[in-house]
Amino acid sequence: MQPIRYIRPSTVREAIAAHASLGDGARYIAGGTTLYDLMKLNIERPTGLVDVTFIEGLETIDTSGDTLRFGANARMADVATDPIVQSQYPVLSEALSKAASQQLRNMATVGANLLQRTRCMYFRNGYGGASGGAADYPCNKRIPGSGCAAIGGLDRGQAVLGVSDACTAVSPGDWPVALVAMDARIEVAGPGGERMLPISELYPLPGETPHIEFTLEPSEIIVGIVIGKNAAGARSTYHKIRDRESFAFALASAAVALEMSGDRVNAARIALGGVATRPWRADAAEAMLIGSDLTDDLAMAAGRAAFADAVPGRSNGFKVELGARTVADAIMIAAARRPL
Amino acid sequence: MSDENSRECQHSEGFLVLSRRSALLAGASVVPTAPFVRSAKAQDAVSPLALPVSAEHSLTVRTNINGGAFEINLDARTSLLDMLREHLGLAGSKKGCDHGQCGACTVHVDGRRVASCLTLAAKVEGREVTTIEGLSDGDRLHPMQQAFIDHDALQCGYCTPGQIMAAVACVHEGNATSSERIREYMSGNICRCGAYVGIVAAIQDAAERMERG
Repeated sequence: MQPIRYIRPSTVREAIAAHASLGDGARYIAGGTTLYDLMKLNIERPTGLVDVTFIEGLETIDTSGDTLRFGANARMADVATDPIVQSQYPVLSEALSKAASQQLRNMATVGANLLQRTRCMYFRNGYGGASGGAADYPCNKRIPGSGCAAIGGLDRGQAVLGVSDACTAVSPGDWPVALVAMDARIEVAGPGGERMLPISELYPLPGETPHIEFTLEPSEIIVGIVIGKNAAGARSTYHKIRDRESFAFALASAAVALEMSGDRVNAARIALGGVATRPWRADAAEAMLIGSDLTDDLAMAAGRAAFADAVPGRSNGFKVELGARTVADAIMIAAARRPL
Repeated sequence: MSDENSRECQHSEGFLVLSRRSALLAGASVVPTAPFVRSAKAQDAVSPLALPVSAEHSLTVRTNINGGAFEINLDARTSLLDMLREHLGLAGSKKGCDHGQCGACTVHVDGRRVASCLTLAAKVEGREVTTIEGLSDGDRLHPMQQAFIDHDALQCGYCTPGQIMAAVACVHEGNATSSERIREYMSGNICRCGAYVGIVAAIQDAAERMERG
């Protein structure tokens, strides 16, 4: 880790100005659970940190109007236990509760969590970091054009959807998956003013440029997350399958929210985590459910439809079957929940 | 463990009581004569170690630790854990993985549990930090500390300060209501000796005592 300058602005405007003045090496830091971790591995090497957590008023949770709005600095633990979120949008609450440990949920913010970087072990083993310099694996995310050690390597944890010849790294988050299912919009502020961004547009596919992980412009900062209130929220779940029961990243996960009359599915929102290079909306699975009476077989068929385009590697083929069953289970869990 | 920690951080009639650990720290220090191991319950201004960086890469943190006000000059990269251990001699919080995965470094900031290894020290400016050293009431152990003893909730003890700080927060959050819930909300604290059965029993026991008292 190299020496850093540390700046603690008290407004968004000051933060943007400070970030711009620090130049190329500047990074915003919130909870630090990703950035500081990667700094210790020499993967992230900022020369200046702009700490956004002292900005006033950016932690507000507002569920009073037609939308849910979460200020970027709201802690994951606080949004997870908000009474309205818990009772009317379990998919959001569960995605947060199943992410990380309570210590990390007390630190990490719901805005900066959208920018969590991949846990691909070849990405994390670089620059003499965790490997102590013994094995600096090529990684197109770290060094564009250097190659990908995961393809043909130890790829059990890699993605099967949205992969390219340059990168198969999994998008690691749970919260972004739930937000993609809920069609959340992101409030972004930058040197050029403010804009709203559909969350699906925040995450590009890796393609030939896997080092471009987010579509934010230089010095732009996420200030809030907005979700239009919807009836599907109450009949929803975030189902997450891990190597151990708690505090682990997803092998496969599914965010599902349904609107039903009787057994008939009127609307379905399904997104996948742990299996794709970006938070993955499963349109084909949704289409299979809408207009039909829900059965176990239909849920399973929808799960398989979600993985119809899967491209497994050497050791991650199990994610296709596990992922399909995770979707099917999540659909039935959500369906069993009754709107308030 | 708590005896050793209180001994090594103790001022006695103006004398600094040295322990094995503080002697080791002094040997490693670039300012070996500085009495940098101080009580974290006293009003102290601390600038114990010469910083390896220029002024623009350092900062002064004003914070409250275990009830005492501190003003500490630090390399801006310093973690809260390293500030506590290396600069203040509060070595009760342990460095396990240093990546937020094991929980051995758990402390409270403004009453909430955090991983001090992934918390920049700069972030506790104006905050209140509580470490394992600040948990007991003088010689009277916190109910959670006593419960860990009563239930044999440890073997080697390295993870124990983090377990206890996480457990106290778990009770305060209202998440110690069943063994299943305790296991879920304590999943950020790894015990390599596998003392989990005792840990869960200790938390259930202490939760009752904490709610009564």
